[in-house]
Amino acid sequence: MPIFVVEVMPKPEILDPQGKAVSGALSRLGHKQFSGVRIGKRFEITVDGPVTPATLSEVENIAREILSNQVIEDVVSITEVSA
Amino acid sequence: MRIGVITFPGSLDDRDALRAIRIAGAQPVALWHGEHDLHDVDALVLPGGFSYGDYMRAGAIASLAPIMSEVIDAANKGMPVLGICNGFQMLAEARLLPGAHTRNDCQHFVRRDQKLAVENNTTAWTTQFSEGEEIIIPLKNADGRFIADADTIKRIEDNGQVTFRYVGFNPNGSADDIAGVSNERGNVVGLMPHPEHAVEPGFGPDTATHMRSGLDGLRFFTSVIERVLA
Repeated sequence: MPIFVVEVMPKPEILDPQGKAVSGALSRLGHKQFSGVRIGKRFEITVDGPVTPATLSEVENIAREILSNQVIEDVVSITEVSA
Repeated sequence: MRIGVITFPGSLDDRDALRAIRIAGAQPVALWHGEHDLHDVDALVLPGGFSYGDYMRAGAIASLAPIMSEVIDAANKGMPVLGICNGFQMLAEARLLPGAHTRNDCQHFVRRDQKLAVENNTTAWTTQFSEGEEIIIPLKNADGRFIADADTIKRIEDNGQVTFRYVGFNPNGSADDIAGVSNERGNVVGLMPHPEHAVEPGFGPDTATHMRSGLDGLRFFTSVIERVLA
């Protein structure tokens, strides 16, 4: 079945405390060459039936309106894969 | 005078809000997220808690609940609506209020008796305060950091939509120390701290003279009673 993968990231100017905490841990463990970590979300949406252009535009709408909050997040990618 | 409190899956402070409404002198009406019926209430409270476990984003899934279409409609017609903590997050997610919320900058859940300044005493929920008055009510949140882009912050500051500001200590890194905001019309107000926990002697924050005697939260509810009955 087709699956849409939607990736949402906090906007670059928004502080990402989770990413900062992971970044701090990496640095403490000696991984000095990595300077920043940001954590986002990945949604996998399974489609029943065939994918049409209307399906894609519906996924784009869902990604923008529901899966992300445009005040603090950006939809960075929408890709179609098959399971 | 009927004030409704909507219970969502994961609401925690709905009972306290209903109790606060009764203590303030109005009739509390328990409402359910899954209905499409506001039961003829005159005002609405969206209570605190962790609706839907804060999944995806705090308040996001609750903002899409069946009853929210009636809430949005009533709010746009001028019904007073108060969002407390998770309720504030829902109102922001529903775009009835500007901005959004992210994790506290300190990363921890914070619980404290919080001093606030009442920045606008003309909203439906703040008329019983004086402008600039400092009040203390409990605060308890994990995702309380109010954020908006610079243009939005300037607009809500210029419009007087910043209703409450943290005083002395900003517990979550909110922009401009903003603790609560209103819509342009002033009927919809959201704030992170909890007025419903400071309405009854013996159960509120400490004051200079007596333990747990702080009642500053009560005037949110007496304000809206005055507004609706006016």
